Amino acid sequence: MSSNNDSEKDKQAQSGFSRRSWLGGVGTGAVGVGVLAPEADAQAAPKVMSGEVEISLDINGKKRSVKVEPRTTLLDALRNRMDMTGAKRVCDRGTCGACTVSVNGKIVYGCTMLAVDAVGKNIQTIEGLAPEGQLHPVSAAFVNNDAQQCGYCTPGFVMAAKGFLDKHPNPTYEQVEKGLAGNICRCGTYVGVRKAVLEAAKNYKGGSNA
Amino acid sequence: MPEYKWPPMNKRKIMGQRLSRLDGPVKSAGRAKYPSDLNPQGLLQAAMLTAPYAHAKIKSIDTAAAKALPGVTAIRLFDKVAPGFEVQWAGQELALVSATSEEVARDAIRAIKIDWEILPHVVKDENLAKVGTRAKAAGEKVTGDPDKAYGEADVKLDSEYGIPVITHCCLEPHGQVIAWKGGDQIDYWPSTQAVSTVAGQLASLIGVPAGNINVTCDYMGGGFGSKFPPDPWGAESARLSKESGGRPVKFFLDRATELTIAGIRPSHFAKIKIGAKKDGTITSWMSDSWSSGGAGGGPATPIPYVFANIPNARINHASVSLNSGPQRAWRAPNHPQASFLTCSALTDLAAKLSMDPLALFMKNANLTLREATYTDQLKKAAELIDWKNKYHAPGEGKGSIRRGVGIGVATWGGGGHASKCKVILHPDGTVEVELGSQDLGTGNRTCISMVAAESLGLPMSAIKVKIGKNSYPASGPSGGSTTIGGVSTSTRKASLNALEKLFEKVAPALGTTADQLEAVDSRIQVKGNPNKAMSWKQAAQKMGPSPIEEMGENVPAQAAREGLNTLGAAGVQMAEVEVDTETGIVKMRKMVAVQDCGLVVNPKTAESQVFGACIMSICSALYEERVIDQVTGRVLNPDMEFYKLAGLPDIGEIVVHMDIQEVHDKRGVIGLGEPCAIGGTAAIANAVFNALGVRVPMVPVTADRVLNALGNKRYA
Repeated sequence: MSSNNDSEKDKQAQSGFSRRSWLGGVGTGAVGVGVLAPEADAQAAPKVMSGEVEISLDINGKKRSVKVEPRTTLLDALRNRMDMTGAKRVCDRGTCGACTVSVNGKIVYGCTMLAVDAVGKNIQTIEGLAPEGQLHPVSAAFVNNDAQQCGYCTPGFVMAAKGFLDKHPNPTYEQVEKGLAGNICRCGTYVGVRKAVLEAAKNYKGGSNA
Repeated sequence: MPEYKWPPMNKRKIMGQRLSRLDGPVKSAGRAKYPSDLNPQGLLQAAMLTAPYAHAKIKSIDTAAAKALPGVTAIRLFDKVAPGFEVQWAGQELALVSATSEEVARDAIRAIKIDWEILPHVVKDENLAKVGTRAKAAGEKVTGDPDKAYGEADVKLDSEYGIPVITHCCLEPHGQVIAWKGGDQIDYWPSTQAVSTVAGQLASLIGVPAGNINVTCDYMGGGFGSKFPPDPWGAESARLSKESGGRPVKFFLDRATELTIAGIRPSHFAKIKIGAKKDGTITSWMSDSWSSGGAGGGPATPIPYVFANIPNARINHASVSLNSGPQRAWRAPNHPQASFLTCSALTDLAAKLSMDPLALFMKNANLTLREATYTDQLKKAAELIDWKNKYHAPGEGKGSIRRGVGIGVATWGGGGHASKCKVILHPDGTVEVELGSQDLGTGNRTCISMVAAESLGLPMSAIKVKIGKNSYPASGPSGGSTTIGGVSTSTRKASLNALEKLFEKVAPALGTTADQLEAVDSRIQVKGNPNKAMSWKQAAQKMGPSPIEEMGENVPAQAAREGLNTLGAAGVQMAEVEVDTETGIVKMRKMVAVQDCGLVVNPKTAESQVFGACIMSICSALYEERVIDQVTGRVLNPDMEFYKLAGLPDIGEIVVHMDIQEVHDKRGVIGLGEPCAIGGTAAIANAVFNALGVRVPMVPVTADRVLNALGNKRYA
């Protein structure tokens, strides 16, 4: 995969981040680019590729084969074709963050990346944060601070929080608010999320478990 | 019969503790399996075709091309969908297709050809003059002589307010996995608020015995009042499964459909006149309101809200039917609208009287049903938000950034629903608690465990709570804040009934009678005497090979007499906002919620519900609005980009004060989900008024509405 592609994904990853700034009244440019580009790709793709193809994805340190269509998103490949359902499909348009995964160490919305574009990259999902029955320090902080109600947004929040802490190991309150602005919760758990991320920062050395 | 009443506040060991939710670890590890996460063997995926027009007649429909697509296993048209059928709103269900993959199912939907005759539609209701015959008078209610009282009033308010349709926007969409197997046996995994009642409803839709339908819902991703019925797509998914040889079918709404047809909170608009004496005493109320919740019209809302006993009143309401997706119960149905309309009008009246609205609310607390409680709560909330220092005359201040504070009030019932619970004490000492209940994220599972542990004298770790299946004893749907009262009562009774049976088994060995025993700290002992005791495990061995299984039941009609749960929750919320008068942008600074809900089982999860409700109120006051277009008849923002919800940076500081004190605790358990979700919208709208000195008559208080209000324009 070319470095151009990587920078494109970076834009996508930032689009949710930008959205909140935009709600606050700043510019809109990055949002349009991030959301529309993958759709355009999906429409153009059948001209060169159609039907199911077998690809190999590197997920949580293991190579896994999966058959996908060119239009299948990374999120749908995980959920529908690999039974990895920690990432949730909510807005399906790169807005809400419920499908957050890590790709090459960067936080990405799984619904805005095609599965075929994820070939050759290191994908980490919530299932890869800790072995079953154990809790990653970020997940544990969400439990301690009751940063979840229905819990459907929670895996995405945990992944986003971990990615944020990898880059900002000692965040301020304001940095937490901005850094986690790309995830939306309907039950309204943000008070707990703010506390959880600050607590997790104390217990989790960013990057050591990436 | 055991004495069921709750242990005194100071004697409780587990109830009242701040405990983390039991299902927190599995949820935050991403390993909780929601219905939409299930991928059983042989799973088929479904996609749904919905109407593109708000009002149109089907001329012809052709599914041949869709059926011919490789991978398609079955196609169902929804009830009555045929040539001649009229759809009444855009998004109405037309056809459901099952296929070997979601991609193929979507292709099949696109391959269905329908010819339409487009008919006229009405989709907007903010201007009553424009809806024509779609408005139907829904009755007049008169108390005293409102015209005379208004005519004689020292000060008169004549104003108008509006609150638009919002959607539930559940993060897990509506839907289910369902398998119609041989012998008409059905496995059904819905995302539901109604584990014990949804099978019966599905049974009547598809004509199989209710007892053949096995419901499982371990976790569900949000409902807020919209996830009670099996829905037409549940029934058609079942039929697709049958027609596909019994293979399980998964169908969940896509986001656009979720926001278009899976539930809305009705709009509400009102022209309100209030008359008052110079000292602030309210003497009359007159309101003409209208609302719409889609094709079925719109309900009246309980105004004047909380301050209900105004001696002279005339209340008129019109129900407006529109060609838009149907309403469903939305957390505290009709109350947030009523609170917003009433508290806005009272705040504007205070301005006319040159009076602090807090003083006006206090002065008229005698018009409420719980004068002492509201007075105390207003004082407490004022203290928490520092009203004394923060309040100023409306619009007073300097510079382009203005701050203001506002009030909203709430009331709710919250009595427990019908609930049955089975407690099983096993000879090996383990304990199971079974209820056909559900945990929507409220902490229900955790609270049930706390009640059982408290009642049995055991630690939480000794209790296995089993909910989420209709094979467990029936418990009511989670609506109207009725769950906690219902399940806490049935669990308490079942636990004590089981314990009584255990006491009978062990009494001889302790040389006493069953009525002299108690369960404390994992021991069965003679009351007050730890020396005459045996461990829980030893006691369990005395029961012989069969487990003890006992039931407990909450019967709503008996609940008030028994006192384990009652109803009547009051709340006051206050908000402080900052408004940029140049850009029109409103920012939350602080919100406080003072809430009573009787005996609080788990303050930690209870507070979370109130925090969440405050944030939902911020959404509805500042961001949320379903935008629908009169030209095309379609919802313009059925997504999460333009249907805006608050994010982490948008909420400011939130302070929750659970009104935990003996006087409330003695009332027993009362539901909390709804009452805390009512007053916040009014509080924020009133804070904006206080900041600007100009009323923004319609929420959400968006930048354009602020600027229009400042420009002294009427804007809806």
